[in-house]
Amino acid sequence: MSPLFLFLSFVALLSALGVVLAKNPVHSVLFLILTFFTLSGHYLLLNAQFLAAVNIIVYAGAIMVLFLFVIMFLNLNEETEPHKPALAKFAAAIAGGSLLLILVAALRNVSPAGYDPASFDSQIGMVDRLGMVLFRDYALPFELASILLLAAMVGSVMLGKRETGERNF
Amino acid sequence: MESLSKRAKVLEKKPMTLAERAYLPAIFQGLSITMQHFFRAATKKQVTIRYPEETRPFSPVFRGLHVLKRDEAGRERCTACGLCAVACPAEAITMVAGERKKGEENLYREEKYAVSYEINMLRCIFCGLCEEACPKAAVYLQADKMAPPRFERDEFIYGKDRLVEPVTPDNRSKRGIQLTPEQADKLRASMA
Amino acid sequence: MTLPALGWQGLVVLATFGISLLIATYCTYAERVIAAFLQDRVGPDRAGPFGLLQPLADAVKLFTKEEFFPAGANRALFVFGPCLAMITALMSSAVIPFGNFLKFGDTEIHLQGIEINVGMLYVFGIVSLGVYGIMIGGWASNNKFSLLGAIRAASQNISYELAMGLALIAVLMMSGTLSLREITLQQTHVGGGWHIGDIFTWNVFKQPLGFVIFIVCAFAETNRTPFDLPECETELIGGYHTEYSSMKMGLYLFAEYVNVFVATAVMSVLYFGGFNYPFQYEFLDFLTNKTSLSADWAHNIFVLMGVVAMFAKIFTGIFFFMWVRWTLPRFRYDQLMRLGWTILIPLAIFNILLTGGLITFGVIQ
Repeated sequence: MSPLFLFLSFVALLSALGVVLAKNPVHSVLFLILTFFTLSGHYLLLNAQFLAAVNIIVYAGAIMVLFLFVIMFLNLNEETEPHKPALAKFAAAIAGGSLLLILVAALRNVSPAGYDPASFDSQIGMVDRLGMVLFRDYALPFELASILLLAAMVGSVMLGKRETGERNF
Repeated sequence: MESLSKRAKVLEKKPMTLAERAYLPAIFQGLSITMQHFFRAATKKQVTIRYPEETRPFSPVFRGLHVLKRDEAGRERCTACGLCAVACPAEAITMVAGERKKGEENLYREEKYAVSYEINMLRCIFCGLCEEACPKAAVYLQADKMAPPRFERDEFIYGKDRLVEPVTPDNRSKRGIQLTPEQADKLRASMA
Repeated sequence: MTLPALGWQGLVVLATFGISLLIATYCTYAERVIAAFLQDRVGPDRAGPFGLLQPLADAVKLFTKEEFFPAGANRALFVFGPCLAMITALMSSAVIPFGNFLKFGDTEIHLQGIEINVGMLYVFGIVSLGVYGIMIGGWASNNKFSLLGAIRAASQNISYELAMGLALIAVLMMSGTLSLREITLQQTHVGGGWHIGDIFTWNVFKQPLGFVIFIVCAFAETNRTPFDLPECETELIGGYHTEYSSMKMGLYLFAEYVNVFVATAVMSVLYFGGFNYPFQYEFLDFLTNKTSLSADWAHNIFVLMGVVAMFAKIFTGIFFFMWVRWTLPRFRYDQLMRLGWTILIPLAIFNILLTGGLITFGVIQ
């Protein structure tokens, strides 16, 4: 384990805790963005440059901007936070605790496979290799997903189109 | 409604052509106009006057800061008659009259003189009516001086210390215009 | 890589950082002079010869101004916002190739901060982060106008990122790589022979529509007029930096110019052949065969000319940004959104289809 890995893991855990513990929702979102960054750092350590870049573009760059956008509009703070009944808190603690239990139980006996330096391919995470896999082995699912996204985009453009008779300011 | 003059032009609102809707030709037209201005400014002489180094000439009828004149012998001309204060539409002028003592003949020309003479430059509209009203040709509005901006209000009330013309001929002016060296020499000779 | 080479490469990184800052500094001066000339005025000409020390005077002014924190502001985020804007702006110039490599015996110095094979995605990712600086600063100011500016910036950047990405995909389809260096190297004729100009190998001639979409999106992404809605004075006072003063304000303004610099650099790499210049191989041929220079030095001079060409392209781009700023009026916000979603995105998709068709039928490659 390299010191860089340890550092990234430390920051990732700390900022993930910050997401949950922060009182201010805007701080939570910012901690979540930091978590994504450390995850991208982990991808880089695994030599998956494409995944790291896409993680930042899609999650940190687009989705979290929308999160922040909505939270800023809602203007959430401690005064407007609704009072939660004790029962709900109790149920949440039970649910969260059992999830933790399951995760620990599932991962307890896993031994990391490690890697064989002789057969390890350092280029496995590179964009051209990923493209080969996507377009050769998974061409149909990939195309289906892209058609879904295209349909969503066409839908949004159609929503934005000016209809006849609409006021033109 | 019937047009009365029959000159009104009926405007037909046409739908925009494709070139107009694309907006790009209009952008390039605008860009070319600003580029012409860019080269005009870069090559020809600019119209900007760089103020402290270059000044714009005053208009020949400009009326600026007041001055209380002296006569040829260096005596104050003002006799504190108050006609300028009466003529002043902005009521900017106040004065206190006093009697000339014996031995002050070389200071004041008339037997009565202004002990204090104040002009409030914040009220003054620089119309020049005081200059026209003065029977002794004592007050003039100079053509080359202005009342400069200051920080305090009371600094705008000009007393005799700042209004009366300096004694030495080199600093005197005629009708508000600084005397040339030749005129100053001539005045010095007449005073002697 | 040997250690001295790493040291030299570190120097290139430092130089890139310094050049980004220097260009941003003088952009403030250039903006004012160009604005003045376009409006038949003189512009700043007091500080030093031709006013060249004006940025220094501005810096002194900004540093000595009062640091002001609005009441009810989130202090930590209020300071963090401009820092983040500046950091993200400076990060993206790391992967831009300003030139090919210099050769000193066995040492090769690449005139590029770092070469990664997803360079384009890296730039794209960092640019998409730039909006956080504006959003955080606008929100932390505790001012409704700042918040409106921040929200405008967020929605504008997300909308135009889509069209920009789609316009880029057409370029990437032709190049087949995400590395900015390789995209540059592809935009030239290889081999000797006289060409009517290596200019026509530039992507702008293969992707005119994509280029127009890209440049419009670049204006929107850098928040420059005609798309400077986040700081629109007529509606929002100063937008997201209404409450900012002193050097925190300066950092926002600075980040904008660094973004302009990066945007024009990326544009010249993607569409204008980067460090390629017309008749470059004839020039190299002339240097190696007709002069008494050693092979290394002939190569180095050839490469340094490429750096000059790259910066010439960047400066032309920056001039164009400023020229447009002082010519076009600001768009209305609904016009901006409509342009992005209903015109640029369909056009970009059409461009992808067109490019795909042309590649399939072998017209371009």
